[in-house]
Amino acid sequence: MDISALIALIIVFIMLSSALCVLFLPNMIAAVMASSVISLSLTIIFALLKAPDVAMTEAAIGAGLGSLILAIGLKRLNYFNIESHQSNVSGTDPGQ
Amino acid sequence: MSKFSTLIFISGLSFLLIVITAQLPIAHPPMLIGQYIIDHAVQDTGVTNIVTSVVLAYRGLDTLGELAILFTAASGVGLLLSNKLNTKLQPSTKTVRLSNSNFIIEHALNLLFPLLLVVGFYVIFHGHLTPGGGFQGGVIIASAFFLNILAKPYKSSDSEIESTHNNLTIIESLSGVTFIAIGLYALISGHDFLEPFLSHGQLGSLWSAGTLPFLYIAVGLKVGAELSSLLITLYDIDSEELTD
Amino acid sequence: MTHFANYLTTYLTTEIILYTGAIGLLVIGLLGLLVLKNIFRLLLSLVIFESGANLFLVLSGFRANGIAPILTSTQENMSQLVMNDPVPQALVLTAIVIGVGIQALALSLIIKIYQRYRTLDMNEIHRKLEQDIAGISQSTPLASQEQPLYLYQKNSLVQNNEGEK
Repeated sequence: MDISALIALIIVFIMLSSALCVLFLPNMIAAVMASSVISLSLTIIFALLKAPDVAMTEAAIGAGLGSLILAIGLKRLNYFNIESHQSNVSGTDPGQ
Repeated sequence: MSKFSTLIFISGLSFLLIVITAQLPIAHPPMLIGQYIIDHAVQDTGVTNIVTSVVLAYRGLDTLGELAILFTAASGVGLLLSNKLNTKLQPSTKTVRLSNSNFIIEHALNLLFPLLLVVGFYVIFHGHLTPGGGFQGGVIIASAFFLNILAKPYKSSDSEIESTHNNLTIIESLSGVTFIAIGLYALISGHDFLEPFLSHGQLGSLWSAGTLPFLYIAVGLKVGAELSSLLITLYDIDSEELTD
Repeated sequence: MTHFANYLTTYLTTEIILYTGAIGLLVIGLLGLLVLKNIFRLLLSLVIFESGANLFLVLSGFRANGIAPILTSTQENMSQLVMNDPVPQALVLTAIVIGVGIQALALSLIIKIYQRYRTLDMNEIHRKLEQDIAGISQSTPLASQEQPLYLYQKNSLVQNNEGEK
């Protein structure tokens, strides 16, 4: 197993576990952060695959602007709390 | 019951994907169009970044459609979230903006803003030589302008936001018109639509590859203006939400 | 044990691992789209699904021992270079930009729904939407498969009583 396969194994593990985190973390800010981690690991994967254009696009748009848009959305949806078990309306929305 | 059927569907789909993937020629793709483009892109267009020649020359019409989709998305966001109607009905409800940001963020931004602009324009201008291009550079420019708004929220009043919107609209329309005009000029002068037509110049220098750098500058300005207007619209807080 | 290690080194190449990652992203994204009820999380799983599709496309243009499709010096014979396929890369480049536009559009729709109904739960939104439609058209809401019939009858009874008051 050469070094690129080892890097790919680690990155894919991080990527898939953060994808599961996006679906099942109770806190919304953490979920958006995890989706940003997915984009960052995709950037590294595209660089491994010798696609530098796609890697730059993913870094600028997926990890930067996309997460920014989602964070603004969190602010407007009243999800912008650090506490873990919070909801945007009183008691009815469990966050999942 | 519905979760059980979902589980069955998901496992079936993953099995299907694995079977399809196992039949793919992994790491040896059938390079039919790709090999032709790799062989001929340098003679045809004079670029060193072959992806740029695909985006702007071989599949230029695709890029035009993509810009149209982005424009539709931005105008859809503006249509859904704009509060122009509200402010016209009840004027000057929105005098209170957000609280001041702190000293360090503001001055770090003053340091960072020109650097971000330089990086963005560098990426746009060198799109035909190195990785990067109009899309990436446009996004970097948009994030530079949006950081300005994020760090200094109290300075942006209603009229300023409106004038910013007008400027952005002008930049966006001009760059879109430039893109189409270059394509139409190629059509008039006897080539195909959006075919690069100026002289190729020295391979690898900044002034090379004919019209492709101009097309990428137009794409970069259009993407930057569209995305910054989209971000401003998303960030702008309604008077309705302030009362809650 | 050494046999197992040999097996791994021969068959667990970089491409196989990355294809596994792409399929994993597709499946996790679709799972989120089907299982979850919060519409903001539906948007997040849509983003994951799209990332998986992008990774799959870029992988389909990857060649063994290929280099990036960028000329670094003026070589004599271009045809001897092994370059990755530039067409899927250009396709994915535009797909990512379109993806962020669609993400913003979906987010603005979600913000509009939240401003109207003050909730993000899909069943709740569905119920309130049916109530709204029934209120506009002056009729009782139709029974759906997700809710037993007697609940609807109770709801309509309550509404009728309110109408009488």
